[in-house]
Amino acid sequence: MKKLFLHLTGWLFFWPLLAQAALTIEITQGMEGALPIAVVPFDERNNAYQPPQNVARIIADDLRRSGRFAPVPEENLVARPVEAAQIRFRDWRTLGVENLVIGRVETVGAGRFRIQFQLFDVFRGRQLAGFSVPTTARRMRYDAHRISDIIYEKLTGQRGAFATRIAYVTVKKKGKLREHRLQVADADGYNPQTILTSSEPLMSPVWSPDGRRLAYVSFEKRRASVFVQDVASGQRQRLIAYAGINGAPAWSPDGRRLAVTLSRDGNPEIYVYTLADKKLRRITRNTAIDTEPAWSPDGRSLVFTSDRGGSPQLYRIPVQGGRAERLTFEGAYNASADFSPDGKRLALVHGAGGKYRIAVLELDSGLFRVVTDGRLDESPSFAPNGSMIIYATASGHRGVLAAVSSDGRFRQRLSLQTGDVREPVWSPFDRR
Amino acid sequence: MKTVNLGLALLFAGALAGCGTTGGSKEDEVAVEDRGTVAGAVDEATTSAAGGYGDLSMKALDDPASPLSHRVIYFAYDSSEVAAQDRELLAAHAAFLAANPTVRVSVEGHTDERGSREYNVGLGDRRAQAVKRILEFQGASPGQITVVSYGEEKPVAEGHDESAWSLNRRVELVYVGR
Repeated sequence: MKKLFLHLTGWLFFWPLLAQAALTIEITQGMEGALPIAVVPFDERNNAYQPPQNVARIIADDLRRSGRFAPVPEENLVARPVEAAQIRFRDWRTLGVENLVIGRVETVGAGRFRIQFQLFDVFRGRQLAGFSVPTTARRMRYDAHRISDIIYEKLTGQRGAFATRIAYVTVKKKGKLREHRLQVADADGYNPQTILTSSEPLMSPVWSPDGRRLAYVSFEKRRASVFVQDVASGQRQRLIAYAGINGAPAWSPDGRRLAVTLSRDGNPEIYVYTLADKKLRRITRNTAIDTEPAWSPDGRSLVFTSDRGGSPQLYRIPVQGGRAERLTFEGAYNASADFSPDGKRLALVHGAGGKYRIAVLELDSGLFRVVTDGRLDESPSFAPNGSMIIYATASGHRGVLAAVSSDGRFRQRLSLQTGDVREPVWSPFDRR
Repeated sequence: MKTVNLGLALLFAGALAGCGTTGGSKEDEVAVEDRGTVAGAVDEATTSAAGGYGDLSMKALDDPASPLSHRVIYFAYDSSEVAAQDRELLAAHAAFLAANPTVRVSVEGHTDERGSREYNVGLGDRRAQAVKRILEFQGASPGQITVVSYGEEKPVAEGHDESAWSLNRRVELVYVGR
């Protein structure tokens, strides 16, 4: 109660820091019908330098995390072939393994390597894919994820999203203050980097469509402003700072505009801000709270949260403004929408019976399905291939991240060793 | 948490009783409406002239006997309605602002952790705006007041139950640059 007066002791700094405590991943609900696959440890014998990453393990972990595959545990492998001629398909068939991955990592220079791998159909006894990937010690983990993407796409027909990233906010108590960090990590939680640290709240990070920048809200100087920050360089710009709320940024699919919530005209309304000419256009106009705009992938409409009908529900409105159409009718609380990449579904926060969970709404059919079972689940964000939804949940007294397959059948939890983790957002497909 | 709440409530009731004779109004327990810890009917407070709030100098802000030392009011779930006894408290702050036109205050809205974060920013804003309107209606000038909503981002109680939530659904008056 004592510190109600304004202290100008706020602090804030930002630069890419090196690895912090890594996220750990725990599968909390397995999926029936996951395809058995064997990923044999890659041959690393022919190396002047020890490869810094266990490529086969990264691939097996990626495939397991997708929920679509059940990699054979390393100790149960019946053989360890390193080239095609050594494979006895019959042995693998009797194990029930449908696909097999073998490979090798070779040194090609100081800190430079080549990964070769082959993917086989065990039942037909033939190769489905075979690639040679040049890499470096630093890039090896990333290139292992790219190999997982190739395998995943070959076997499911859907593009893989392993070589992507997530951004999220962490909060740690530091004496009387809280330390808020905006972090970026690989999609599997490795390699976390802090890109901004502040004693005041940071919230609502969102990736630009090219995956290079993050827009977010910072309360530094005890007011809310929307910033845009280049992830690689750390360079940032305060973009939107009117009186009152400056919040809930959402990029247009072409990256030229941001939908935001501002209260400059009296109460929270949705506006579209054009980056090139800094012009604002007001989209909603009423006395209710209108916030959390989500841009449809075709760029034509915005879905947002409004309590104009008495309780928070989702509405859709054309980007040029017009009549808002209500989308949710199930229960008294539906908010925080995120579009699936194909624009056919929304992930959202659904409140019922005092519990807040993630639900998926099919826009064409109106089919509504609750896909998580937490008590305080929030901030859903689709993977760029639409297969999974990452969200924040409470575990004990801490906020942790979790992911669920978009059909709700497979769930996992990602947790930092300490502190609260919240507001995850999945990056677009990588263009590195 | 419970004992802390009760402690605060008693402390607060005591402070108000101490200044009750100088003020023109009868304040009751303030800022405890959701917690149900203090018994007794709310005396529908009679409004009072600005002169009824005793000392309106800057040092009253630090005087525990002055209503001005109390700068937090609480709200029911999903509500931005200011309780009758809190209107009295706000009237004292409005009188203080009117008497000290160079003083500025930041009205900071907060919510509990339930529901989505940006919607909660909207809800915190609605609470802060309700307080701002009362302050202005009672004589503070609009230029003295800025509103900021933190939503659920700055809880004062860390728990995940109603005893924490009721303390977090609040508006704080933060006097700037004293």
